[in-house]
Amino acid sequence: MTNKIDIRDLDLFYGKFHALKDVSMAVRQNGITALIGPSGCGKSTLLRCLNRMNDLIPGCRVSGSVALDGRNIYAPDAEVASLRKRVGMVFQRPNPFPLSVRDNVVYGLKVAGSHDRRQLAETAERSLRGAWLWDQVKDKLDAPALGLPLDQQQRLCVARLLAVQPEVILMDEPCSALDPIATMKIEELMLELKRDYTIAIVTHNMQQAARVSDFSGYMLLGEMVEFGETNQVFTRPADKRTEDYITGRYG
Amino acid sequence: MRILPKHTQRAAIAALGGATLLTLSLLVFIIVFVLEKGLPVLSLRFLFTNPQDMGRAGGIFPTLVGSVVLPLLAVAIATPLGVGTAVYLTEYTRESRLTRVIRFGTDCLAGIPSIIFGLFGFIFFVTTLRMGWSIISGGLTLAFMILPTIIRTTEEAVRAVPRAYREVSYSLGATRWQTVRRVILPNALPGIVTGVMLGVGRSIGETAAVIFTAGSSLRLPSSVFDSTRTMAVHFYILAREGISTENAYGTAAALVIAVLSVNLIAYWLMNRVMARRS
Ligand SMILES: Nc1ncnc2c1ncn2[C@@H]1O[C@H](COP(=O)(O)OP(=O)(O)O)[C@@H](O)[C@H]1O
Ligand SMILES: [Mg+2]
Repeated sequence: MTNKIDIRDLDLFYGKFHALKDVSMAVRQNGITALIGPSGCGKSTLLRCLNRMNDLIPGCRVSGSVALDGRNIYAPDAEVASLRKRVGMVFQRPNPFPLSVRDNVVYGLKVAGSHDRRQLAETAERSLRGAWLWDQVKDKLDAPALGLPLDQQQRLCVARLLAVQPEVILMDEPCSALDPIATMKIEELMLELKRDYTIAIVTHNMQQAARVSDFSGYMLLGEMVEFGETNQVFTRPADKRTEDYITGRYG
Repeated sequence: MRILPKHTQRAAIAALGGATLLTLSLLVFIIVFVLEKGLPVLSLRFLFTNPQDMGRAGGIFPTLVGSVVLPLLAVAIATPLGVGTAVYLTEYTRESRLTRVIRFGTDCLAGIPSIIFGLFGFIFFVTTLRMGWSIISGGLTLAFMILPTIIRTTEEAVRAVPRAYREVSYSLGATRWQTVRRVILPNALPGIVTGVMLGVGRSIGETAAVIFTAGSSLRLPSSVFDSTRTMAVHFYILAREGISTENAYGTAAALVIAVLSVNLIAYWLMNRVMARRS
């Protein structure tokens, strides 16, 4: 197995606030890498570094390197739009556009310049199947996406992402707005998706990290306290602070 | 002594309800008053025949044309400029001293009396650029007058588009312009249309700035370089110079109905757009 993403000595500042401190870790190809830690420790921030979503935040500065397939995405000649096509994101709250189901799925293709109706329809179907949503929505592709139940909206967001054929899928607490059954479905979906994609997920739910991930990183106050195989992090943590968190003594 | 919440609650309902009622009845009163006096004069013939004897007799056709053409021209010029400025300020620049100065400037511009715009238009378009009293001078002047409103409402509308939509769009590899065109503008459309309609309303009702720049010719214009008279100006002149009170009210009625229909049509369009989108 190889590393899809290599993070080296990453520091990030929001203005004067030092949000990520010298973080190093790797995201394994075709694996699920989980980031856990208490709220506000920098999980989302780290995840958003991987497709440079933090570029949109005024006053945010990054130093260090994030290599995707060996090439630093923060290099001066790196292209952000094409990076984001390779490294896509599923957000915490399901956030379909106020458009039809179909128009949501093909959004990324359209901005990439594809307008062939047949091809768009084929990709839409393939992506919706990939997100296990096809059977539920095949008869209402022109219905408003915001009319779907929340878990279907979230899987629509996954489908919308699959349509642009990313290599890496970043998920920021994708289940936090969903009920347990819907959460299970998304988790199963992740396990299915990792055969074709590389996944990095932020979760505040440790059981979830333990269930789905291959590697886990425990963060605290902007530092990567511990990073390793999930099994090892959860059963034999090397750091006392990790152990406290895992056993619920954090606080 | 403490007044019971129950009583303050009742007092609040009475005060707020009373304010609403007063506003509504004033509005209804004005409309009914104008229509009552004007409707007897108003007819298709009145709308579509030329005036005679300065407007003492005949209809108001040229002023109807003026009232359609001038606001249309103003909006056609101001909308792209205003929407462009607003989008640039909100999406392409970071909040800074410069953007605050620009915003303060547009706010000041919005508060300037229309006659000042008229004076500016007269000096700049009519005289300096030698456009004369013409539809083009008037249209440009009105465009500058309504520009701040369009910028402001568009800015508000663009700001109200959820951050999440932008993030998703960028995260799918869209460029800034693609995000603006495909996500931000469609979602801000209701607000933009509101601003434009406000502009149309202000243009239709404007007199001072129009007299200074488009003149008050009662002849039917044949190009944008001809002078024209709008219904509002016509009403002003008829009433002011005591030419014909009757025809003045007829014109006023037409004006009121025009403004109401513009708003109704805008409202109807809005609803259709919204229904299609969600
Ligand atoms: N846009 C921002 N500007 C300033 N500070 C931020 C911003 N986003 C997050 N932070 C701060 O950075 C820290 C990490 O935030 P975040 O990455 O969202 O944490 P997590 O996802 O682990 O809950 C928090 O202290 C938060 O207040
Ligand atoms: Mg977070």
